[in-house]
Amino acid sequence: MAEKKRLRRAMMFVPGNNPGMIRDCHIYGSDSVMFDLEDSVSIMEKDAARFLVYQALHDLKYGKKELVVRINDLNSGLGLKDLEAIVKAGVHVVRLPKTDSAQDVIDCEREIARIEAENNIPVGTTLMMAAIESANGVLNAREIAHASDRLIGIALGAEDYVTDLKTTRSDGIELLFARCMILNAARSAGIDALDTVYSDVNNEEGFIAEATLIKKLGFDGKSVINPRQIEPLHKVFMPSEKDLNKARAVMGAYEEAMAKGSGVVALNGKMIDKPVVIRAQRLLELAELSEVREVEEI
Amino acid sequence: MKLVQKGMAGTMESSDIMVTVEPKEDGGISLDLTSSVMQQFGRQIEAVIRETLANLGVENAAVTAVDKGALDCTVKARTNCAAYRAAASEDYKWEAK
Amino acid sequence: MAEKTFKLEEIPHVSEFSNHGEFKATKTRNTATFQEKGQSKDKVVGSLEEAIRLSGLKDGMTISFHHHFRNGDHVINQVVAKLAEMGFKNLTLASSSLASVHAPLIEYIEQGVITHIETSGMRGELAERVSRGLMDFPVIFRSHGGRAEAVASGELHIDVAFLGAPSCDPFGNANGYSRDDDDSIMCGSMGYARPDARMADTTIIITNNLVKFPNTPCAIPESDVDYIVLVDDIGDPKGIMGGATRYTKNPKELIIAKTAAEAVKAAGYVYDGFSMQMGSGGASLATARYLRQMMIDEGIKCRFALGGITGQIAAMHEEGLIEKILDVQSFDLDAAMSLKKNHCHQQSDSPTYAAYRREAAVNQLDFVILSALEVDTDFNVNVLTGSDGVIRGAIGGHPDTAEGAALSVIVCPLTRGRIPCVVPKVNHVVTPGSVVDVVVTEQGVAVNPARPEVAEKLKAAGLPVATIESRADRAERSVGKPDPIKFKDKIVGVVMYRDNTVIDVVKQIDED
Repeated sequence: MAEKKRLRRAMMFVPGNNPGMIRDCHIYGSDSVMFDLEDSVSIMEKDAARFLVYQALHDLKYGKKELVVRINDLNSGLGLKDLEAIVKAGVHVVRLPKTDSAQDVIDCEREIARIEAENNIPVGTTLMMAAIESANGVLNAREIAHASDRLIGIALGAEDYVTDLKTTRSDGIELLFARCMILNAARSAGIDALDTVYSDVNNEEGFIAEATLIKKLGFDGKSVINPRQIEPLHKVFMPSEKDLNKARAVMGAYEEAMAKGSGVVALNGKMIDKPVVIRAQRLLELAELSEVREVEEI
Repeated sequence: MKLVQKGMAGTMESSDIMVTVEPKEDGGISLDLTSSVMQQFGRQIEAVIRETLANLGVENAAVTAVDKGALDCTVKARTNCAAYRAAASEDYKWEAK
Repeated sequence: MAEKTFKLEEIPHVSEFSNHGEFKATKTRNTATFQEKGQSKDKVVGSLEEAIRLSGLKDGMTISFHHHFRNGDHVINQVVAKLAEMGFKNLTLASSSLASVHAPLIEYIEQGVITHIETSGMRGELAERVSRGLMDFPVIFRSHGGRAEAVASGELHIDVAFLGAPSCDPFGNANGYSRDDDDSIMCGSMGYARPDARMADTTIIITNNLVKFPNTPCAIPESDVDYIVLVDDIGDPKGIMGGATRYTKNPKELIIAKTAAEAVKAAGYVYDGFSMQMGSGGASLATARYLRQMMIDEGIKCRFALGGITGQIAAMHEEGLIEKILDVQSFDLDAAMSLKKNHCHQQSDSPTYAAYRREAAVNQLDFVILSALEVDTDFNVNVLTGSDGVIRGAIGGHPDTAEGAALSVIVCPLTRGRIPCVVPKVNHVVTPGSVVDVVVTEQGVAVNPARPEVAEKLKAAGLPVATIESRADRAERSVGKPDPIKFKDKIVGVVMYRDNTVIDVVKQIDED
């Protein structure tokens, strides 16, 4: 279901014209699935993919998965056709590609709102995320992040971005500025910061290194292109038992202080600041959500 | 919906169905279906194709479908797409969920 | 010779221990050199036809073969073509299994050369035709253990065994590889051929590679061999064994494999000194990869791995994670190479592997990971027929290991394409639910209610445990309810349980 705040560690791209992947994508444990109508679909098959994704959203049950659709860019003439189909089919989040400015978000939101209104869907139901894939987009990241209440997050799309920068992807240094911009912009707007894909599916070590880096920076999650990347990514995001024990102790001390009506939280004789409490709380929430492994009846 | 040309959608990949819709003057819908799961699902696939075409208002058409284990939603999507292509139309009728 | 100092009849109880009377003289000794004797080739006959004639084979008798050449086998087709040419009729063909390559048998069945078949399974065109009523007498399907039992007991009496061998010396010591010759074809273990050689009235080895005596080690000893035929072609090496069986990259199979490894661990069967078997299917094989990591992380070892052996198991042996391998069938070249060079990797014959009426290695298994074509809500498993009711598989050691192991785990996707694999009722029962403990799918794990302690342990370990009924429901909701397969009345196959009782029958499919 559509929720603005939720866990988004692995967001898995699913090629929009592949019925087998569309059928199976929910079993791999990613927090979100992103049906792609853009880069993975050839220009001749845009309509076919749109029909397929529309029908899947309409007919299939994906349980608690967040359902995202990456539409084609509105300037291509295809994006609006995509929106007409998928908003009616009940997509949770529209992923807008190639977002260069706040105006791109506003334009897309206006169309979504119109489609919602025309079809008796409460206006505001459909959420959005914006992918930033150019130097302009990175420099406008703060305005983009604040451009709509529907935004759940902003994401980096690195392939186009490095081309725009006249470089290529290497060890990650080329993305450092963009990542920091996007992260700070997202935090400033109170939304998620989401990292780009790692394309070399067979290089698990490289993937884990990148995932570790973006987690250190503060990102909430990352796009993945293969189900095999999900588990390693979730492992990177899983707090260690040591950190969890510390967080539990902090929360225990905090609750004790609250019960006593004391404004001062102390643990083992040391005073604990509010940010420490917030971090402990987030860590425990993440662990709780990460450990859920029940069979979902869908 | 008026069909003006041959329209085709889908692939021969596993879990997909390739649907070809051709205009026909009269005689209703003729359907030539082959499926890797003919015995178990042939009847249902045929029903879905006919129902999808009826919803589009296609009354006469020669339909060929080669199924590789597609779900009903895929059968619908491919049939719709093939019919719209056959009608050279983009006047899509999406239904709100 | 010294003068006799005794009379035979004076020896107390002499009639009870010597039936041969009094020593007369030694037979004429052969004082030729070993090298000269090696030229004699007494058992090597000039042609297949001559060997058949010498064997005394008659119409209506039973001929046997092994399936260690898998889909590269050229022995069965070659022998049966010769038998047809020689005018034989009404033969029973008992092979330890049959593959797609054996489609030419159809012609000989139509001609009445072959009227009965005993096998573990069949695939391809032959299986398609059998499912459509090719034969009057139903095909008898037995598990590997069941066949070993039937051969041993005489229930399946073998008149003439035609056993292909990648190496054989002039006296009949035959093997699935040769330590003399690295260019010869390899099939690795010949475990399923050994009881046939031992029990057949006449055993003929068919080889393209006559090596010097002694061909050690050997699968079949000379004492079990009557004739040897040297032919140009025993099979296609590429069909006999692929290179290395690779771990699957299919993410669905990997989820299943990882869950299966966690399940056997949670159930308490992965400890220092445990024993295991896994099939060669994608998910069951991949389970080994996760078990390997667990073993490394915890510093524990496996005492022995059993059954059909893959390169992955051999690699774990070479890493020191598995102490011993009992190999009844080598699935790939890496496994065969390991058998050839590692002394703790041993050939095992099918009775030692899986016999029913006496102790067998399957009874020493902690767990087995097995694939399935279908499994039902009573935990019954079908590995023989496809969802369309057509024969396209083999029983193999499925029921033998499921019953023998302390924990039997079935790995099976909820659906394959549009076909549900966890179903209310399997088309044919090969392994009964009473010997199936855990079913692992990519969407949840079901535990047989007969093993509540296992269910508790899996739940406690955080595994996604659900009822088997809910898994069948989930499968049906995702793909729809299939129309039932229609069968005619004619019985085309009989499925034997490992004790050689009838557990199910396969009927002719109805396509009208």
